[in-house]
Amino acid sequence: MEMIRAKVYVTLKSGILDPQGETVKGALETLGFAGVQDVRIGKFMVITLNGVGREDATRNIEEMCKKLLANPVIEDYRFEVEEA
Amino acid sequence: MRFGIIVFPGSNCELDCQWVLHDILGQQAELIWHKEQELKDYDCLILPGGFAHGDYLRTGAIARFSPIMKAVEDHARRGGLVMGICNGFQILCEAGLLPGMLLRNTTLSFICRQVYMRVETTETPFTGTCATGQVLRVPINHNEGRYYADDRTLARLKTNKQVVFRYVTSAGELFEKANPNGSLDHVAGVCNEQRNVLGLMPHPERAAEPLLGSASGRAIFESIINYGRALSPASR
Repeated sequence: MEMIRAKVYVTLKSGILDPQGETVKGALETLGFAGVQDVRIGKFMVITLNGVGREDATRNIEEMCKKLLANPVIEDYRFEVEEA
Repeated sequence: MRFGIIVFPGSNCELDCQWVLHDILGQQAELIWHKEQELKDYDCLILPGGFAHGDYLRTGAIARFSPIMKAVEDHARRGGLVMGICNGFQILCEAGLLPGMLLRNTTLSFICRQVYMRVETTETPFTGTCATGQVLRVPINHNEGRYYADDRTLARLKTNKQVVFRYVTSAGELFEKANPNGSLDHVAGVCNEQRNVLGLMPHPERAAEPLLGSASGRAIFESIINYGRALSPASR
């Protein structure tokens, strides 16, 4: 069975202050980049699955996000599944 | 009383807690490794500070699935006392035993200093011997201590008087500057709706002897002991 690669993006929910993002935004402005409206910093994870079909992989990754990879109190997540 | 102190890989305040409970206050206080799956008959469980499982992914995210946590959850559901200090607070939030979560300090720096926190309610097993409005001088020592909960949760916390401690000035006032980490509504500690689970970011175990500059944190441990004594005077 083919290898599946999932790219998982976890970000702070909108409305939650992201001081890291604010600091980076300030730095970008200092560097002269105009028009930076907002910077939000999150996590990017790459998960490779072996011997799991695409459908099962999608279900598994969803479950992983809900259970461990993201905390629904503070974070949103999304992911893409592709053949590795 | 019988206290159980849960030790995760990366915990680093378990001996301080044991010192206060056993050596200073004369209680039974045993360390429990996180791989254990069953708990003896403890009256109160303490989740101490530290960096359980390296705080990888998120603070408390991995620790919350340690084998012992199932038993901790069962203990809490039966009404047993649980107190999470600092990293322990973060673990209890991740486990869903307490509402909200702790985020990166707004200062983006690790903060290690003395702060003042005000007792907002004495209607908990953890603050029974305190006075409402009493100001305790205790240290904080954290990178992720900014309490956050959504609007609905915060409203519920206020209605149910679940905010147990708030960061204040030495005079007990709610000034922005007295809120070290940007916590929502100055929250330093909350309890669950049933009031048997408490989480707080400040370290009362490090402020339990005059030698350490403050003994005011001792009131929290004494409250727990007092609560236990009142429950079953014969056996204590």
